[in-house]
Amino acid sequence: MGKIKKKYESGEATAFMSRKMALRKLQLSLKMFRKLCILKGIYPREPKNRKKAQKGATDKKTLYLKKDIQFLLHEPIVWKLREHKVYLRKKGRAKALHDKVALKRVVDNKPMYKLDHIVKERYPTFIDAIRDLDDCLTLTFLFSTFPSLRFVPGSMSSLCRRLTVEFLHYVIEARALRKVFVSIKGYYYQAEIKGQTVTWIVPHYFGFQPQSPDEVDFRIMATFVEFYNTVLGFTNFRLFHSLNICYPPKLLTPRGTAEELNATNRLHWDNEEDLVSERVAALNQSLLRSSDAPVEEQVPEMDEFPVTDDAEKLEEMKREAERVKKLKNLFGGLKFYLGREVPREALCFMIRAVGGQASWNGDLFPGATFDESDDTITHQITDRNLENKQHVSRYYIQPQWVFDCINARALLPVDKYFPGAVLPPHLSPFHTEREGDYMPPEKRKFVDMEKGIVTPEDAFELANAGEEGEQEEEDDDDDDIDEEEDEGDLEASEEDEELDEDERALKDLKKQMKVTKGEAEIIDELKKRDDETKEQWRLRTMMIKNKHKRLYRKMMDSRRKRRREADRLASKRIQIDESTTKKPKKTKKSKAK
Amino acid sequence: MLRTVKDLQTGQNVVLSDKDLEFVKRIQSGKIPDSNFDNFAPWIDWFSSDVMDTPLRSMPPSKTSFLPSKIDKMKISKMVHAIKMGWMKPKPKPSTEPNFYMLWESDDKADEMRRVHDHIPAPKVRLPSNAESYNPPSEYLFDEKEMKDWDSKDDEPWKRRYNFIPQKYKSLREVPAYDNYTRERFQRCLDLYLCPRAKKMRLTIKAEDLVPQLPNPKDLQPFPTICSMIFKGHSHMVRSITLEPHGQFFASGSEDGTVKVWEIATGRCMKTFEFGCVIRWVEWCPNKSLSLLAVAADSDVMLINPGVGDKLIIEKTDLLLSETPDQGDYHPSERVKGAVQWEPVDEEKWSKGIRILIRHFKNVNQVTWHAKGDYFASVMSDGQNRSVLIHQLSSRRSQLPLNRSKGLIQCVLFHPIRPIFFIATQRHVRVYDLLKQEMVKKLISGAKWISSMSIHPGGDNVIVGTYDKKVMWFDLDLSTKPYQTLRFHGNAVRSVAFHKRYPLFASGSDDCNLIISHGMVYNDLLQNPLIVPVKKLRGHDKFSDFGILSIMFHNMQPWVFSSGADKTIRLYT
Repeated sequence: MGKIKKKYESGEATAFMSRKMALRKLQLSLKMFRKLCILKGIYPREPKNRKKAQKGATDKKTLYLKKDIQFLLHEPIVWKLREHKVYLRKKGRAKALHDKVALKRVVDNKPMYKLDHIVKERYPTFIDAIRDLDDCLTLTFLFSTFPSLRFVPGSMSSLCRRLTVEFLHYVIEARALRKVFVSIKGYYYQAEIKGQTVTWIVPHYFGFQPQSPDEVDFRIMATFVEFYNTVLGFTNFRLFHSLNICYPPKLLTPRGTAEELNATNRLHWDNEEDLVSERVAALNQSLLRSSDAPVEEQVPEMDEFPVTDDAEKLEEMKREAERVKKLKNLFGGLKFYLGREVPREALCFMIRAVGGQASWNGDLFPGATFDESDDTITHQITDRNLENKQHVSRYYIQPQWVFDCINARALLPVDKYFPGAVLPPHLSPFHTEREGDYMPPEKRKFVDMEKGIVTPEDAFELANAGEEGEQEEEDDDDDDIDEEEDEGDLEASEEDEELDEDERALKDLKKQMKVTKGEAEIIDELKKRDDETKEQWRLRTMMIKNKHKRLYRKMMDSRRKRRREADRLASKRIQIDESTTKKPKKTKKSKAK
Repeated sequence: MLRTVKDLQTGQNVVLSDKDLEFVKRIQSGKIPDSNFDNFAPWIDWFSSDVMDTPLRSMPPSKTSFLPSKIDKMKISKMVHAIKMGWMKPKPKPSTEPNFYMLWESDDKADEMRRVHDHIPAPKVRLPSNAESYNPPSEYLFDEKEMKDWDSKDDEPWKRRYNFIPQKYKSLREVPAYDNYTRERFQRCLDLYLCPRAKKMRLTIKAEDLVPQLPNPKDLQPFPTICSMIFKGHSHMVRSITLEPHGQFFASGSEDGTVKVWEIATGRCMKTFEFGCVIRWVEWCPNKSLSLLAVAADSDVMLINPGVGDKLIIEKTDLLLSETPDQGDYHPSERVKGAVQWEPVDEEKWSKGIRILIRHFKNVNQVTWHAKGDYFASVMSDGQNRSVLIHQLSSRRSQLPLNRSKGLIQCVLFHPIRPIFFIATQRHVRVYDLLKQEMVKKLISGAKWISSMSIHPGGDNVIVGTYDKKVMWFDLDLSTKPYQTLRFHGNAVRSVAFHKRYPLFASGSDDCNLIISHGMVYNDLLQNPLIVPVKKLRGHDKFSDFGILSIMFHNMQPWVFSSGADKTIRLYT
């Protein structure tokens, strides 16, 4: 007989560790363990069989892989964290004793740690780092707006600001921006960097909103930001070098003295360094390149595509590449002047990322490159009703035009975006409808446009014409019906007059006797066939294996749910359209009367 | 008040005086025990700056306390010298600015390093839909009903469609700050480090792929498709129907106490026999040269001559049954005698058509004939160990095949070719060899309660209908477990039947559905039977939770009959 196997001594039970066990093994407090997990990117795992993994315990525990905890055991930062604990104790003691010399000595010798090796460890390749940049950018952009808080030192927010500005500069220089979206939560941007799509959110430009400590713990977020700053710094460094741009960024224009610059910008800055950093943050000037040598990344030729069997796919890829190429220089040669009420940074970033030029009132913010009086300005972006001072040579438009143009990858007609006009709906470029999903009519137009069925101008005109045409047709139909009814009445009355009374009596008699003609049953062949196939399908579904029956039902349920959702939206849309078209009709009729 | 305290040292009781008591009380309330002590007496500053006439300490101060320290001087001069020589410099302040450098040598080459084991990257945040836009199409905005729905889900926000209320603003300038922005980012951070991760397989198949590929029912014709006749006449639910072996007539037994004989071609009711008690089962004798109908009415089994069809056969049958065969010295055992008695038929009953009357000791549920038409079996569910009886018509004898109770017996069946007998108990089907008198097999259905069964004319396949909505197909050569379990019905299956000539079988249920299936059995033993549902027929109405009670196929044509609780019998062709 073999050795008796004991329960929970092999397999899944030994692969996992509860958090309590991990804390014991690492000899750390929960706070330090949390920090370590965030920095090292260790997360709990869901076991395949929770009961086995918990050694028979039925309550739900946070389980970590044993190997992950062993991995943490060898982390040099663990010692730094312990040293930090000692440092805090010493500092507290010195403070309590009012021993200033000791305090200074302790503070000067504060244990510092670097996260460089962790970055390399978590992201073995540069591509991995870019792939994971979404959360990093979103959080860094949020922190760049923060003031100095209890757990967020001012230096952290300013570093965040610096790094995000650098990243935006890269996107501008690399023309990597692909999609933009204004949501009620903030601005969504999507860029394509080294073949990876990176999406980030920038909150709307408002001041810091205090958060209740029960809901948001800034300590945790600050730990994340600590790591993200390191990642973003190294990523920026490499991205800048891939474009041969100096890092840290320097402006391309020759550096004048603070006085000169102040003169052009009509703003007063005491510190030259501050002024330069502000001008870098304005995103409005190109950066100094280390050499004019060709950059690493080159646009691949059209015929360099990997060979795929599907010719259609290849064709689609080619078309997509063509569109992206067009997007990269969409605003080429256009000059935009931004009103002071529009979000300057967002618009300047977007305009420059697709090849345009932007400027604003130099009194308000440094970095303006041309004045409002410049005659070469093609578009002026304004978000308030027209002022008296107007230039004839430029379009006055609302900011949504820029967003919609980038998403449509074409210059849209400006007439719908004039100040004070009712804007067309702003649609999400990220949402791709699956088959059976609801697609708003505005989106359908864009899809047709992308397929090349209609040009952007046509799409708008067609939409307008279609709406008007339909209305007219409806009116015609109503008239026809009325006329027919009138005619029918007339004929009947004439016949009645012609008939004599006798004849009428005879007719009545005949009416009583007559055999009513039975109506032939109209067999709708199509419907019949449809019913037949439906029934066949139903019979076939009865034969689904019992193993698959649940899954099938679930899939059909979700499909039904989606269809219901789509129908709901479609019917709502029809209702809204009807209510909006009816109103003008009524007014028309009242006018006629 | 307790004043007596035990002195632990002496072991004697001590009575406390008033003074002692006050002393204790003062200590308890944290005061100075002595009540006379002045807590706020004026302070006497003994060690003051005033020079006393007679000092408290009269030691003279040391000389060193008036001289500069020599060691300090040496130390300072050393430092001054070091500074002069440039050896000592102020400590450089550590730069708080992070230092970035080229961390990765190339874009996609990884260095050898220890990494997280089996890393699962966090799923990305879901990208926004049109509803999140600052200026969405108006159909995405909430109407009153949706707003109410939103408000009602305050306690369970995860059930909401979105985690925000869609808003529409006329211009970008009007968009306010989003209140939950920081909270949402914080939630994401929590998810990243706190949420357990696991790899999940995403299904790439479509729902359609799960549906098996079956032959088109059109290619499997003929099968009944349409209700072509409704036989009305019974005044209560029709329990049982049976077909005449020539296929010209059929008989029905109803709860109203009558047995009616119908002609199929014309739909006319040819004869009605009244018995005045519930007819549970009718079964026509399969022998074509006899005109006999077995009727189970309460505890009686009657063989009646319905008197329809060929006159010669009718007369011959009467002639054959008019005389009782000589029993010789046969005496039935007490056990059989107690259970069943062949009673002589008097004139009155003879004129009613009754030719043979067998009285049982309990209510008879079912009567079934052997294929040759000489033997028939009757079932009494309450009969315990005598619930099944096999009768022989020619010798007018009965026998009990079972010695011991095998549970609640539901129905029995003769094998069409071989001397094999099927007994369906509540959960199993027992298969007996009648010659060897032993059990051959036990078919395990796994169902809770069997209702009916039917055997394929080839004799190797059995279908079993159960009250728990299932129909099971047993291949006797294959296994004792069902080859296929068919869940076609939404309610208890009451009756199943095989067609004698066509590869068809049907099941009728309390959900009023009659489902015709194609059940092809191949001669090749390697090929499993093919089962395809081909038609769902609906016609009967529900009556006090009963739907279809009995079904039967025509022996020559692809027609099916069903009798229901709604007092009708329907013919589908």
